[in-house]
Amino acid sequence: MSAARVGVVTFPGTLDDQDAARAVRLVGAEAVPLWHADHDLKGVDAVFLPGGFSYGDYLRCGAISRFAPLMEELIPAARAGLPVLGTCNGFQILCEAHLLPGALTRNASLHYVCRDQRVRVESTDTAWTNAFEQGQEITLPVKHGEGRYVASAETLAEIEANGQVVFRYVGGNPNGAMNDIAGIRNEAGNIVGLMPHPEHAVEELVGAPSTDGLGFFTSILKKLVNA
Amino acid sequence: MARVIVDVMLKPEILDPQGQAIARALPRLGFSGVSAVRQGKRFEIELEGPADDAAIADVRKMAETLLANTVIEDYTVRVEA
Repeated sequence: MSAARVGVVTFPGTLDDQDAARAVRLVGAEAVPLWHADHDLKGVDAVFLPGGFSYGDYLRCGAISRFAPLMEELIPAARAGLPVLGTCNGFQILCEAHLLPGALTRNASLHYVCRDQRVRVESTDTAWTNAFEQGQEITLPVKHGEGRYVASAETLAEIEANGQVVFRYVGGNPNGAMNDIAGIRNEAGNIVGLMPHPEHAVEELVGAPSTDGLGFFTSILKKLVNA
Repeated sequence: MARVIVDVMLKPEILDPQGQAIARALPRLGFSGVSAVRQGKRFEIELEGPADDAAIADVRKMAETLLANTVIEDYTVRVEA
Protein backbone atom coordinates (compact mmCIF):
# COMPACT_ATOMS: atom_id res chain seq x y z
CA MET A 1 0.00 0.00 0.00
CA SER A 2 1.32 3.47 -0.83
CA ALA A 3 1.68 5.95 2.02
CA ALA A 4 -1.27 8.11 3.00
CA ARG A 5 -0.89 11.56 1.43
CA VAL A 6 -1.59 14.54 3.68
CA GLY A 7 -1.65 17.97 2.00
CA VAL A 8 -0.10 20.88 3.92
CA VAL A 9 -1.31 24.29 2.72
CA THR A 10 0.96 27.33 2.45
CA PHE A 11 -0.55 30.81 2.16
CA PRO A 12 1.53 33.98 2.07
CA GLY A 13 2.27 34.47 5.78
CA THR A 14 1.86 30.85 6.84
CA LEU A 15 4.47 29.93 9.46
CA ASP A 16 3.92 26.38 10.63
CA ASP A 17 3.77 24.48 7.34
CA GLN A 18 7.26 23.02 7.69
CA ASP A 19 6.57 21.74 11.21
CA ALA A 20 3.26 20.31 10.01
CA ALA A 21 4.91 18.53 7.08
CA ARG A 22 7.58 17.15 9.40
CA ALA A 23 4.96 15.83 11.81
CA VAL A 24 3.13 14.16 8.91
CA ARG A 25 6.35 12.45 7.82
CA LEU A 26 7.20 11.36 11.39
CA VAL A 27 4.20 9.03 11.46
CA GLY A 28 5.06 7.58 8.07
CA ALA A 29 2.67 9.52 5.85
CA GLU A 30 3.63 11.59 2.82
CA ALA A 31 3.43 15.38 3.22
CA VAL A 32 2.24 17.01 0.00
CA PRO A 33 2.83 20.78 -0.27
CA LEU A 34 -0.28 22.65 -1.44
CA TRP A 35 -0.03 26.24 -2.66
CA HIS A 36 -2.75 28.80 -1.92
CA ALA A 37 -2.82 30.12 -5.48
CA ASP A 38 -3.35 26.72 -7.13
CA HIS A 39 -6.72 25.22 -7.97
CA ASP A 40 -5.27 21.83 -7.14
CA LEU A 41 -5.57 19.52 -4.13
CA LYS A 42 -3.16 17.07 -5.84
CA GLY A 43 -5.41 14.15 -4.96
CA VAL A 44 -4.46 14.16 -1.27
CA ASP A 45 -6.27 11.99 1.29
CA ALA A 46 -6.43 14.70 3.97
CA VAL A 47 -5.46 18.36 4.42
CA PHE A 48 -3.64 20.21 7.21
CA LEU A 49 -4.22 23.99 7.40
CA PRO A 50 -1.31 25.26 9.49
CA GLY A 51 -0.92 28.36 11.63
CA GLY A 52 0.65 31.70 10.90
CA PHE A 53 -0.64 35.03 9.66
CA SER A 54 -2.03 34.23 6.22
CA TYR A 55 -2.43 37.35 4.07
CA GLY A 56 -1.13 39.34 7.05
CA ASP A 57 -4.39 38.69 8.96
CA TYR A 58 -5.73 41.74 7.07
CA LEU A 59 -9.38 42.59 7.75
CA ARG A 60 -9.87 39.58 10.06
CA CYS A 61 -7.76 36.48 10.63
CA GLY A 62 -8.60 34.08 7.81
CA ALA A 63 -10.98 36.48 6.07
CA ILE A 64 -8.89 36.79 2.89
CA SER A 65 -7.44 33.26 2.90
CA ARG A 66 -10.93 31.88 2.77
CA PHE A 67 -11.22 33.16 -0.82
CA ALA A 68 -7.85 31.77 -2.02
CA PRO A 69 -8.03 29.65 -5.20
CA LEU A 70 -7.04 26.55 -3.23
CA MET A 71 -9.92 27.13 -0.80
CA GLU A 72 -12.37 27.06 -3.72
CA GLU A 73 -11.31 23.44 -4.15
CA LEU A 74 -10.94 22.63 -0.46
CA ILE A 75 -14.32 23.93 0.75
CA PRO A 76 -16.49 21.60 -1.40
CA ALA A 77 -14.08 18.68 -0.82
CA ALA A 78 -14.28 19.18 2.95
CA ARG A 79 -18.09 19.38 2.78
CA ALA A 80 -18.00 16.09 0.88
CA GLY A 81 -15.99 14.39 3.64
CA LEU A 82 -12.27 15.07 3.01
CA PRO A 83 -10.54 15.11 6.43
CA VAL A 84 -9.27 18.62 7.25
CA LEU A 85 -7.42 19.81 10.35
CA GLY A 86 -6.91 23.51 11.00
CA THR A 87 -4.66 24.71 13.81
CA CYS A 88 -4.53 28.31 15.01
CA ASN A 89 -4.73 30.42 11.82
CA GLY A 90 -6.00 27.27 10.10
CA PHE A 91 -8.86 27.11 12.64
CA GLN A 92 -9.61 30.79 11.98
CA ILE A 93 -9.74 30.08 8.23
CA LEU A 94 -12.12 27.13 8.74
CA CYS A 95 -14.47 29.36 10.75
CA GLU A 96 -14.30 32.21 8.20
CA ALA A 97 -15.06 29.66 5.48
CA HIS A 98 -18.11 28.51 7.50
CA LEU A 99 -16.79 24.96 7.51
CA LEU A 100 -16.93 25.22 11.30
CA PRO A 101 -19.45 27.23 13.35
CA GLY A 102 -18.53 30.34 15.37
CA ALA A 103 -15.53 32.65 15.11
CA LEU A 104 -12.20 33.50 16.76
CA THR A 105 -11.70 36.96 18.19
CA ARG A 106 -9.11 39.04 20.06
CA ASN A 107 -7.94 37.42 23.31
CA ALA A 108 -9.92 38.81 26.24
CA SER A 109 -6.62 39.90 27.85
CA LEU A 110 -5.62 41.70 24.60
CA HIS A 111 -2.23 40.03 25.04
CA TYR A 112 -0.57 37.55 22.75
CA VAL A 113 -0.29 34.31 24.69
CA CYS A 114 2.54 31.83 24.17
CA ARG A 115 2.67 28.93 26.62
CA ASP A 116 2.26 25.22 27.11
CA GLN A 117 -1.43 24.54 27.58
CA ARG A 118 -3.30 21.59 28.98
CA VAL A 119 -6.44 20.60 27.09
CA ARG A 120 -8.96 17.83 27.62
CA VAL A 121 -10.03 15.64 24.73
CA GLU A 122 -13.83 15.78 24.65
CA SER A 123 -14.50 14.00 21.37
CA THR A 124 -12.57 11.05 19.97
CA ASP A 125 -15.13 10.45 17.26
CA THR A 126 -13.25 12.46 14.61
CA ALA A 127 -10.75 11.78 11.85
CA TRP A 128 -8.06 13.58 13.84
CA THR A 129 -8.61 12.48 17.46
CA ASN A 130 -9.50 8.78 17.30
CA ALA A 131 -6.12 7.80 18.81
CA PHE A 132 -6.92 9.65 22.05
CA GLU A 133 -9.04 8.51 24.98
CA GLN A 134 -12.20 10.34 25.90
CA GLY A 135 -11.35 12.73 28.76
CA GLN A 136 -7.60 12.38 28.23
CA GLU A 137 -5.60 15.48 29.14
CA ILE A 138 -2.81 16.44 26.77
CA THR A 139 -0.34 19.33 26.68
CA LEU A 140 0.22 21.38 23.53
CA PRO A 141 1.77 24.79 22.86
CA VAL A 142 -0.56 27.73 22.25
CA LYS A 143 0.66 30.94 20.60
CA HIS A 144 -1.96 33.43 19.47
CA GLY A 145 -3.44 36.86 19.95
CA GLU A 146 -6.86 36.09 18.49
CA GLY A 147 -8.00 32.75 19.81
CA ARG A 148 -11.11 33.56 21.81
CA TYR A 149 -13.79 31.24 20.48
CA VAL A 150 -17.21 32.87 20.30
CA ALA A 151 -20.56 31.82 18.89
CA SER A 152 -24.19 32.83 19.30
CA ALA A 153 -26.03 31.33 22.26
CA GLU A 154 -27.98 29.05 19.89
CA THR A 155 -24.85 27.83 18.07
CA LEU A 156 -23.06 27.24 21.36
CA ALA A 157 -25.97 25.21 22.72
CA GLU A 158 -26.12 23.25 19.47
CA ILE A 159 -22.43 22.30 19.33
CA GLU A 160 -22.48 21.36 23.02
CA ALA A 161 -25.57 19.19 22.50
CA ASN A 162 -24.08 17.55 19.39
CA GLY A 163 -20.79 16.77 21.10
CA GLN A 164 -18.91 18.99 18.63
CA VAL A 165 -16.57 20.42 21.27
CA VAL A 166 -13.39 18.42 20.71
CA PHE A 167 -10.98 20.14 23.11
CA ARG A 168 -11.44 22.24 26.22
CA TYR A 169 -8.78 24.23 28.04
CA VAL A 170 -7.95 23.00 31.52
CA GLY A 171 -5.73 24.67 34.12
CA GLY A 172 -6.64 28.15 32.87
CA ASN A 173 -8.28 29.55 29.77
CA PRO A 174 -5.62 31.44 27.75
CA ASN A 175 -7.95 33.67 25.74
CA GLY A 176 -11.40 33.90 27.34
CA ALA A 177 -12.98 31.42 24.90
CA MET A 178 -16.64 30.65 25.59
CA ASN A 179 -17.11 27.42 27.57
CA ASP A 180 -13.28 27.04 27.60
CA ILE A 181 -13.49 25.80 24.00
CA ALA A 182 -10.07 25.09 22.47
CA GLY A 183 -11.26 23.12 19.44
CA ILE A 184 -14.39 21.97 17.65
CA ARG A 185 -15.47 19.72 14.82
CA ASN A 186 -18.19 19.68 12.20
CA GLU A 187 -21.11 17.32 12.66
CA ALA A 188 -19.57 14.63 10.45
CA GLY A 189 -16.25 14.73 12.35
CA ASN A 190 -14.00 15.01 9.27
CA ILE A 191 -13.22 18.70 9.94
CA VAL A 192 -11.50 19.69 13.18
CA GLY A 193 -10.14 23.09 14.21
CA LEU A 194 -8.22 24.02 17.35
CA MET A 195 -6.08 26.89 18.60
CA PRO A 196 -3.25 24.79 20.17
CA HIS A 197 -0.48 23.38 17.99
CA PRO A 198 -0.13 19.58 17.74
CA GLU A 199 2.57 19.96 15.07
CA HIS A 200 4.84 21.65 17.65
CA ALA A 201 4.51 18.74 20.09
CA VAL A 202 5.87 15.75 18.21
CA GLU A 203 9.54 15.57 19.20
CA GLU A 204 11.18 15.84 22.61
CA LEU A 205 14.45 16.97 21.09
CA VAL A 206 13.20 20.47 20.31
CA GLY A 207 11.99 21.15 23.85
CA ALA A 208 8.33 20.47 23.14
CA PRO A 209 6.25 20.13 26.33
CA SER A 210 5.11 16.66 25.21
CA THR A 211 4.76 14.48 22.15
CA ASP A 212 0.98 14.50 22.57
CA GLY A 213 0.62 16.12 19.15
CA LEU A 214 1.56 12.84 17.50
CA GLY A 215 -1.91 11.53 18.33
CA PHE A 216 -3.44 13.80 15.67
CA PHE A 217 -1.22 12.31 12.99
CA THR A 218 -1.58 8.69 14.08
CA SER A 219 -5.35 9.32 14.19
CA ILE A 220 -5.55 10.46 10.57
CA LEU A 221 -3.29 7.65 9.47
CA LYS A 222 -5.52 5.11 11.21
CA LYS A 223 -8.58 6.74 9.67
CA LEU A 224 -7.11 6.63 6.15
CA VAL A 225 -5.79 3.10 6.39
CA ASN A 226 -9.14 1.81 7.67
CA ALA A 227 -11.12 3.83 5.11
CA MET B 1 -19.04 59.34 -8.31
CA ALA B 2 -20.45 58.51 -4.91
CA ARG B 3 -19.11 57.34 -1.60
CA VAL B 4 -20.83 54.59 0.33
CA ILE B 5 -20.00 54.00 3.98
CA VAL B 6 -20.11 50.56 5.55
CA ASP B 7 -19.88 50.46 9.33
CA VAL B 8 -19.07 47.11 10.90
CA MET B 9 -19.58 46.49 14.62
CA LEU B 10 -19.26 43.41 16.80
CA LYS B 11 -22.72 42.14 17.70
CA PRO B 12 -23.84 43.52 21.08
CA GLU B 13 -23.52 40.13 22.78
CA ILE B 14 -19.89 39.67 21.70
CA LEU B 15 -17.33 40.87 24.25
CA ASP B 16 -15.20 43.76 22.93
CA PRO B 17 -12.03 43.87 25.06
CA GLN B 18 -10.51 46.60 22.87
CA GLY B 19 -13.48 48.88 23.50
CA GLN B 20 -13.22 48.12 27.22
CA ALA B 21 -9.53 49.03 27.23
CA ILE B 22 -10.33 52.36 25.57
CA ALA B 23 -13.11 53.01 28.11
CA ARG B 24 -10.66 52.34 30.94
CA ALA B 25 -8.07 54.68 29.45
CA LEU B 26 -10.40 57.67 29.12
CA PRO B 27 -10.68 58.59 32.82
CA ARG B 28 -6.88 58.47 33.07
CA LEU B 29 -6.78 61.12 30.35
CA GLY B 30 -9.22 63.31 32.24
CA PHE B 31 -12.39 62.41 30.29
CA SER B 32 -15.31 61.66 32.56
CA GLY B 33 -18.91 60.63 32.01
CA VAL B 34 -18.24 57.76 29.59
CA SER B 35 -20.07 54.58 30.57
CA ALA B 36 -18.89 52.28 27.74
CA VAL B 37 -16.99 52.21 24.43
CA ARG B 38 -17.33 49.71 21.59
CA GLN B 39 -14.88 49.69 18.72
CA GLY B 40 -15.71 48.92 15.10
CA LYS B 41 -14.55 49.38 11.52
CA ARG B 42 -15.58 51.91 8.89
CA PHE B 43 -15.13 51.24 5.18
CA GLU B 44 -15.36 54.03 2.59
CA ILE B 45 -16.33 52.58 -0.77
CA GLU B 46 -15.76 54.92 -3.70
CA LEU B 47 -18.07 54.09 -6.59
CA GLU B 48 -17.25 54.83 -10.20
CA GLY B 49 -20.89 55.67 -10.89
CA PRO B 50 -23.92 56.85 -8.91
CA ALA B 51 -25.08 55.17 -5.70
CA ASP B 52 -28.24 53.77 -7.25
CA ASP B 53 -30.17 50.78 -5.97
CA ALA B 54 -28.06 48.29 -7.92
CA ALA B 55 -24.80 49.77 -6.62
CA ILE B 56 -26.06 49.76 -3.03
CA ALA B 57 -27.19 46.15 -3.41
CA ASP B 58 -23.67 45.33 -4.58
CA VAL B 59 -22.12 47.06 -1.56
CA ARG B 60 -24.43 45.09 0.70
CA LYS B 61 -23.20 41.93 -0.93
CA MET B 62 -19.57 43.03 -0.37
CA ALA B 63 -20.35 43.66 3.29
CA GLU B 64 -22.08 40.31 3.67
CA THR B 65 -19.33 38.39 1.86
CA LEU B 66 -16.09 40.02 2.96
CA LEU B 67 -16.25 43.23 5.00
CA ALA B 68 -18.17 41.72 7.91
CA ASN B 69 -18.20 38.27 9.44
CA THR B 70 -21.92 38.07 10.07
CA VAL B 71 -21.38 35.28 12.59
CA ILE B 72 -20.07 37.89 15.04
CA GLU B 73 -20.56 41.29 13.38
CA ASP B 74 -23.42 43.53 12.19
CA TYR B 75 -23.04 46.07 9.39
CA THR B 76 -24.86 49.15 8.14
CA VAL B 77 -24.65 50.69 4.67
CA ARG B 78 -25.31 54.36 3.90
CA VAL B 79 -24.55 56.80 1.12
CA GLU B 80 -22.46 59.77 2.17
CA ALA B 81 -24.16 63.02 1.25
